[in-house]
This record gives sequence, C-alpha cells and structure tokens, in this order.
Amino acid sequence: MSRIARRFATLRTQGRGALIPYVEACDPDYDTSLAILRGMPAAGADLIEVGVPFSDPSADGPTIQKAALRGLKGGSTMKRVLEMVSAFRKGDDETPIILMGYTNPIEAYGPERFCVDARKAGVDGLIVVDMPPEEADLLAGPAAAAGLDIIRLVAPTTPDDRLPVVFNGASGFVYYVSITGVTGTRTASTDELAQALPRLRHATDLPIAIGFGIRTPELAANAVRAADAAVVASALLNTLAGTLDADGKATARTVPAVLDQLRGLADAVHAVSKTVS
Amino acid sequence: MMIPLSHAPISCGVAKLSATDTQAGANSLRSGPDGRGRFGIFGGRFVAETLMPLLLELDGAYKAAQADPEFRRELDYYLKDYVGRPSPLWFARRMTEQLGGAKIYMKREELNHTGSHKLNNVMGQILLARRMGRTRIVAETGAGQHGVATATVCALFGMKCAIYMGATDVERQKPNVFRMRLLGAEVVPVTAGAGTLKDAMNEAMRDWVTNVHDTYFLVGTVAGPHPYPQMVRDFQSIIGVETREQIMAAEGRLPDAIVAAIGGGSNAMGIFHPFLDDPEVKLIGVEAAGCGLDSGRTAASIERGKPGVLHGNRTYLLQDADGQITEAHSISAGLDYPGVGPEHSWLSDIGRAEYVGATDQEALDAFQLCTRTEGIIPALESAHAVAYAAKIAPDMGKDQIIVINISGRGDKDIFTVAEHLGVKL
Repeated sequence: MSRIARRFATLRTQGRGALIPYVEACDPDYDTSLAILRGMPAAGADLIEVGVPFSDPSADGPTIQKAALRGLKGGSTMKRVLEMVSAFRKGDDETPIILMGYTNPIEAYGPERFCVDARKAGVDGLIVVDMPPEEADLLAGPAAAAGLDIIRLVAPTTPDDRLPVVFNGASGFVYYVSITGVTGTRTASTDELAQALPRLRHATDLPIAIGFGIRTPELAANAVRAADAAVVASALLNTLAGTLDADGKATARTVPAVLDQLRGLADAVHAVSKTVS
Repeated sequence: MMIPLSHAPISCGVAKLSATDTQAGANSLRSGPDGRGRFGIFGGRFVAETLMPLLLELDGAYKAAQADPEFRRELDYYLKDYVGRPSPLWFARRMTEQLGGAKIYMKREELNHTGSHKLNNVMGQILLARRMGRTRIVAETGAGQHGVATATVCALFGMKCAIYMGATDVERQKPNVFRMRLLGAEVVPVTAGAGTLKDAMNEAMRDWVTNVHDTYFLVGTVAGPHPYPQMVRDFQSIIGVETREQIMAAEGRLPDAIVAAIGGGSNAMGIFHPFLDDPEVKLIGVEAAGCGLDSGRTAASIERGKPGVLHGNRTYLLQDADGQITEAHSISAGLDYPGVGPEHSWLSDIGRAEYVGATDQEALDAFQLCTRTEGIIPALESAHAVAYAAKIAPDMGKDQIIVINISGRGDKDIFTVAEHLGVKL
C-alpha cells in the first residue's frame, strides 16, 4: 500500500478529513521552504503538495505565479526540489508528498529518470497540471514502474461520460478543481460542491480532495464535509509573501506565520467528524 | 517604359478549397495531424482538465463546420467582400533587377483588410464561435495584428472582446493598441514575465479557463492545443491555394522557393501547406535571429530550441536545461515568441522545410529595400522573409522563381524603425 493510500485509510478509520497544504519549492529560498515543509506535519498537514516552480504556470492565478517566480529566483531546479523532499524524508517517513507542476520540467529531466529519482527521494504522487488523460502515456509507464501515484484532476466542465476516461489510470486520490478558473480566485459554493461530489463518488472509489479558492478554516471545513480532503495553496502563499522583506527575502516571521495559519486550518478540518461508511 | 502584361498583378476569383485539397492521401505530407493532434512527436493537447472538454467540443464543432457546405459558403462570402480576397501575387520587378538573380514574386497579404494575413484565420474562427453559440472572444496578440483582426470581427458581429497583450508590446505597438480600443475591444496589458507574446498567451488561457461558459479563445497562430494548429493552418492555407493558381497563371509552373517569416508560423504554414507534396518547391521559414542566432538574444526556436511542452503543445522551445522557458528577443513584436507551431517543428525534423534566421539588422535593411524598390512597406515580421530572399536570390538563376509572403504591412512599425534609424517622429 502506498503512503497515500495508507494515510487515507488511517483517516477513514479515525473518521477525519485531510488537510493538504501546499509549499512552493525554494520560495523564497531553499532553507525557508524546507523549514516550512518540515514544520507542516506537526502543524496538522495530513498530506503535502510541493509545488515545482515553472516559468509559465498558465493554469495558476497570480499568487502561485509569483511564488513560482520567487522559487526560480531562489534557485529551484527539479534536482533541487527532489533534494528538498529527500531532506524532509530523513525526519518523516509517513506524511505523503505529492509534487505538483507542469509537463515541461519533467520532460526536460527525462520522464523515466524523473520517476525513478522522485521515488528515491521519497515522493509519493504526481499532479501534472497540463497533462490530461489524453497525454498521460508520457508518464504512466514510468510512474507505475516507480510506484508513484498519478493524481488526476477533475473539473466542473468534465462531463459525466468523460469521468471514466479521467479515472482510468488514476491512483492515490482524485483532485477536484472546484471552480472553472485559476488557482486562488473564486470559491465554490456549498451548493456547487453538493452537486458535484455525488457524480464523482459514483464514478470512483478513490478519496476526493477539493482545491482552488479554499482560503479560510471555514471553507476548508466545508470542503472536507463534502469530500475527503481540502487543498490550501494560495492562502498560505499570500501569508508567506506578506512576511518577506522589501528585497523579497524571508524574515524571522516567515516560517511561523505560515505554520500558524496552517494550524488554524487544520484545527477546523480535524474538528469535522466524518462518519465511517 | 511599358510594363509587360505578365508582370501585372494577377487576379482571379476566390480560390476554393476542394475536397482533394483538404483530404490528402495516405502518403501525403498534408494529411496531419493524427487523431491525437500530433505531427510526428509534436502537437498534442497539454492543457488543464478544465479546458479538455472544451477542446473536444471545439474539435467536433470544427469537423462539423468543415463538412457543412453552408459554412464554406459563408466564409467565402466574407473572405471576398470583407477581407478583400484574393490578394494579388505581385512580380517585384525592381527588386528582382536590383538583386540580379531569381524572379521575385510577392504574395500581397498586407493588402487584406486590417493589413495582414491574420484576418483569414480570424474570420474562419469567428464564424465557428458564432456557430458554437459563444458571445465573448479572448485572444492574445504580439505585434497587435492578430488583436486588431480579432477586435475587427468582434465589431463586425457585435461580440465582446478582450485582447491580452504584453505590457512591453503595448508600449512598442501603440498604433495597434489604439486601433483595438477604437474597435471596442478591451486591451489588457500583461506585466508578467518580459511582458511579451508568451505572457499574453498565458493570461489569455487563464481568462478562457475562468470564463468557459460563454467565451471562445481565438488563437492567432498555428500553435496551442489541438485542434488550433490544424484549424488555423486550414484557414490560412487560402494563401497557398491562391499562390499556386496565380503562379501557374503567371509562369506556367510552380516556384522554386517559397519564403515566409516564422513567429508562431501561421502565415508560413498557410502558404507552405498546399505545396507540401511538391518536393521541387523549396519551403523556407525565416525565424527572427534577433541579435544573432548565437547571441542569446534570439527568437529562433527551431534553430536554437529543444522540443518541449508549452501552451498546450509539444514543439521546439527556447528553454534552459531545467525546462524553464527563456525569453525570446526580436525587433519584431510578432516574432518575439519562444515557441513555434508544432507542424513546423515536424516539417523541420523530416527535412521538408528549411528553417533559417534573419537578424534584427537584416530585417531593418530588408524593410528599407522593399520600401524603396517596390513601394511596399512590409511589416517588420515580413521583412525577415524579404531579408532571406534577398540573400539567396542573387545566387539563383534568372529563370528561377521565389515567392515571398508579405504577411503584413509596416505602418504599425514606423515608430520602431524610426527609432532604430535615429529619426525622431
């Protein structure tokens, strides 16, 4: 059983939903992002998404765009991202790590070598934003061989008859992009989620995470009431950005501010009691 | 001196794309892309899931339109009476004499309404968007030619229009920005990155993903996710179809070489495509070498890039070893893009078309050569094609023929050119 499957199984027996925070690699520098990553499990992260900076994140809103640029300026390369995960794994062998990024840096690294090295570093799953099922064969073989989960995105625009196509080859969990839009903008309403989730549940047994636009503890709690996990990215990145000095460098407040916010989100998510079905 | 009749611009009716033109045989180089939208390893549909159902819908709607004679009739009507097609094929007598080699013909796409080839594609796509019931159009633009063409048809059909344009380009293409605003479009300056075409493309995609319910993304070049490269090429191939008829009427044979500028590559793909199965016709795409192919300040994606994935397709890209896209540079805003259409990448790999570079300086020189010898002020984009044609023509025989695609007119560029010539306007 993969770390991801194990974690969701444990959460289910505990009757809890999961909080999945996001940290952009090397934002604004390697040490700061590693300190945030290391502090996340104790602050309540159940799984963690590590963003792989890309120069042209065309599906992301301004917050993640800026974080990606800070990450690149902070020295991020694919090699460096994997080093960061390795460093994290020395102190934590349980919390699943999912890399989130775009196709080109993976293609440039070499898909097979990437999957082998990512697994070796302790990565558990991959979300490749611009790789729909139609293009998934680039990674499917190497990821399966390395034992990495491929987390598929589903959107409000995905029609029911396409769901089997999307879930074919999916593993770990399913990421529901709850709005039509870019990250960190609008928030899906409770009604919208209530409508969307049954049609996903009908098509997959995998746990479902909801992302895009989840900013507050209340919204995170709403998301895990409807689904199995809430992903929070832009809200944490905004907090991080607000602590940087005039030159964009980390300050003493950077790591604690992000982790404090994470604690608040985690408390709200973990207060939701999910009946074991 | 009397100009011989055969040197007069050739005019004929709007060329029709017959079934045989669009349905090439199995061994034809014109049969691509495959079912996945691939040209060899290039192309594809690398987009977020939110957009994927829309691309599938678009593909279906485009196929249905292609099969509907009414769509073709409607497009032909607008191409003839609104765009002003066919565009002439002009024998450039003075330039030919001055260069002293091959006969040079110019395909006069700058004479289309809005001043470039862009309207050919825009007209096709706006009719498709209307058939699909969309009411709002978003587009990206570099030099502003595609933005102006898009704003024009939105005015014509009373549709809402948002044009994303890099802030750097907004600054260097002021006349086009004002034209778009006059036409009723909202021009959104994009400050991300270097503020050029690549960044405008990212922002247009973000708008589309946010407003999928009513918005049509009107891509201006033969790039982006399938079916855009195919669709834009099909709409632009009217250029090559006409050129073929016109050169046959004028010379009784096909040209030895066709030269076209390449940014994303839509004018080049449009004039190349009907000639892909004629190996005797050399197809030459001229990329913007910027300050020189090896200067590090270039937009020559095929010559200096590596295959990679950006903006929905796999193609040659300017990128670093880590797969981060690098900034392109060209004097011409329309060529200032770190990628190229996937079909060009494929044509380069299989050797059917040749891709070369012309520098900023060579384009400036050719801009003046064309203006002074033919009385035609070409767009700086098209000047790259003129530059390369001027380079090879003297070494070719007087019985040989080159066709240059003059993809746009240069009025928009006079400020840029004046600045480089040290003239204050």
